[in-house]
Amino acid sequence: MSKDEAMSEDGVFDAEEVYARASWKKTLFTLILVVAVAALAIFAISMGAASLGMGESFRVVLAEFMPMEDVSSFAQVVVLQLRLPRILMAVITGISLGVAGAAMQGVLRNPLVSPYTLGLSSGAACGAAIAIVLGVGLLGTGRYIIAINAFFFSMLTMAIVYGISRIKGTSVETLILAGVAMGYLFSAVISLLKYVSGHEELREVVFWLMGGLYTARWENVIILIPTVLILTTILMRYSWDLNAMSAGEEVASSLGINVNRVRVTCLTLATILTASVIAFTGIIGFIGLVSPHVCRLLIGSDHRYLIPCSGLIGALLLLASDTACRTMISPTEIPVGIVTSFIGVPFFLYLLVRRKRRWWQ
Amino acid sequence: MVAVKLAVSDLTFGYDGKTTLDGVSLEIEKGDIVSLVGPNGAGKSTLIKCIDKILKPQKGTVYIDGKEAALMSSKDFSKMMGYVPQSTTEVFPYTVFDIVLMGRRPHIGWRVTGNDVKIVSRTLKFMGIEEFASRYFDELSGGEKQKIAMARALAQEPEVLLLDEPTSNLDIKHQLEVMNTVKRLVSERKISAVMAMHDLNLASRFSDSIVMLKDKKVFKVGDPKSILISENIERVYGVRAEVIKDSKGMPYIMPIEPV
Repeated sequence: MSKDEAMSEDGVFDAEEVYARASWKKTLFTLILVVAVAALAIFAISMGAASLGMGESFRVVLAEFMPMEDVSSFAQVVVLQLRLPRILMAVITGISLGVAGAAMQGVLRNPLVSPYTLGLSSGAACGAAIAIVLGVGLLGTGRYIIAINAFFFSMLTMAIVYGISRIKGTSVETLILAGVAMGYLFSAVISLLKYVSGHEELREVVFWLMGGLYTARWENVIILIPTVLILTTILMRYSWDLNAMSAGEEVASSLGINVNRVRVTCLTLATILTASVIAFTGIIGFIGLVSPHVCRLLIGSDHRYLIPCSGLIGALLLLASDTACRTMISPTEIPVGIVTSFIGVPFFLYLLVRRKRRWWQ
Repeated sequence: MVAVKLAVSDLTFGYDGKTTLDGVSLEIEKGDIVSLVGPNGAGKSTLIKCIDKILKPQKGTVYIDGKEAALMSSKDFSKMMGYVPQSTTEVFPYTVFDIVLMGRRPHIGWRVTGNDVKIVSRTLKFMGIEEFASRYFDELSGGEKQKIAMARALAQEPEVLLLDEPTSNLDIKHQLEVMNTVKRLVSERKISAVMAMHDLNLASRFSDSIVMLKDKKVFKVGDPKSILISENIERVYGVRAEVIKDSKGMPYIMPIEPV
């Protein structure tokens, strides 16, 4: 915004006006993202190996809510049982990873932090690999053994990492380094398991490690939607604390914030958020790291806007990637992690280079 | 009669078995500017942080308006006490307005009210930095950043302002601007200010009272004229210094050599 625009009639610079305008811009940006995600989702419903047009796909969805003729049962299965849950899964996973990334970076004051760097993904993968190769689960057996194992190992990683940092007086650097170290340890365990596993299990582990949304089912989506929305709302309530904490612990503390309590609460919420989606999808990297950065470059760092926008950017990125990965060389699929990086990295680098501000030093 | 705004009684702080403050007591009156001086490691910054409950002392009590600080909720306490760190770094991009708005954190829930926006806007004007409102913090110079950190503390509407070496990274013009602002604030808003200071001459010119710290303890307390004398400077800093009077009759210290 230019300086003259913010001058009121008497020629006095009006900071209130500047703030009102900036807030309006950020609100508008959030709304645009919501519309973009919805539009992309509608487009994605009509995309796929089975050639169903946008009109027919739409009719199938509408037929669920009102009586509709000429809807084939084939189209119904494709749209309702295959595409819709998968699209919702992509949106909810993207939101969850974007929100968790923003919260973790904010609470640790570090732009390089993501569920991946803190070892959570490796922890989850290790849990999944143990379930796949050894058939051992923390809680019972059955079809959810992999997801449950992945979830608990992810939570366990955070507990260990936080515990280690507590010994050294909760320094952020210790916490991040402990996370990186735990990540390596879990990777080593995964390598070992891959080395000793049979052909079938090895294949399954590799697929899990690459991550993907092809396992999306209504029953998972139904659990994840409320979980992710509730956790996101709670994290947003910490926006002010996260804003203040980015100025440093001392300033945050002098603003009446219990720094340690906010840190452990936000990290726990973000970990649950991440763990509950990657338990179903496998490792999907990059989204959690890059979505908050894209948002900061576009609207700044106020967490009141950053958290929801980062989630929406995550949803947009993941849904675009997943739609591309299931349609580019259909009927074969490319693992979504590969496409995420192919779409996301150039986009991110473009923003990085185009913006002249250099705040990540 | 003078009102005691802030009292520190027998404050002791240390970590890893190393004491950094040892039984410090002092009283600060309403409307006073008090400078904490002393060599590196004397405990100036630690004392500031203990007063602001950033560090938790092992022993001793801080009283504000006669109330025990440790018993106040952190939110209520942060409405009374503003803190300006020695330097501020923001890892992520925030506009100046957003940063000063953070000072309203003790007063607001989730939603920013028109009143909060007004207070921030007024504070920016008071500090003479309103044209920076939409600029990003990291684009500004050290002196400007220091003013913004002060503005954030002011937006808290505190009754006591704590400043940790507010001039140590600034050029002489910004040093004077920052000190003048502190002076203006204290007189206009009837608040008190406590500063950790390295520059004895600035402390001399701008303080009502000086607290000299030596070896983790209070060495002497008094007005600049009685405290900033060669004998005290030699004993506390280990430096032989000549003290002359400036045009207003305030002590001006010229360090000569270490003893």
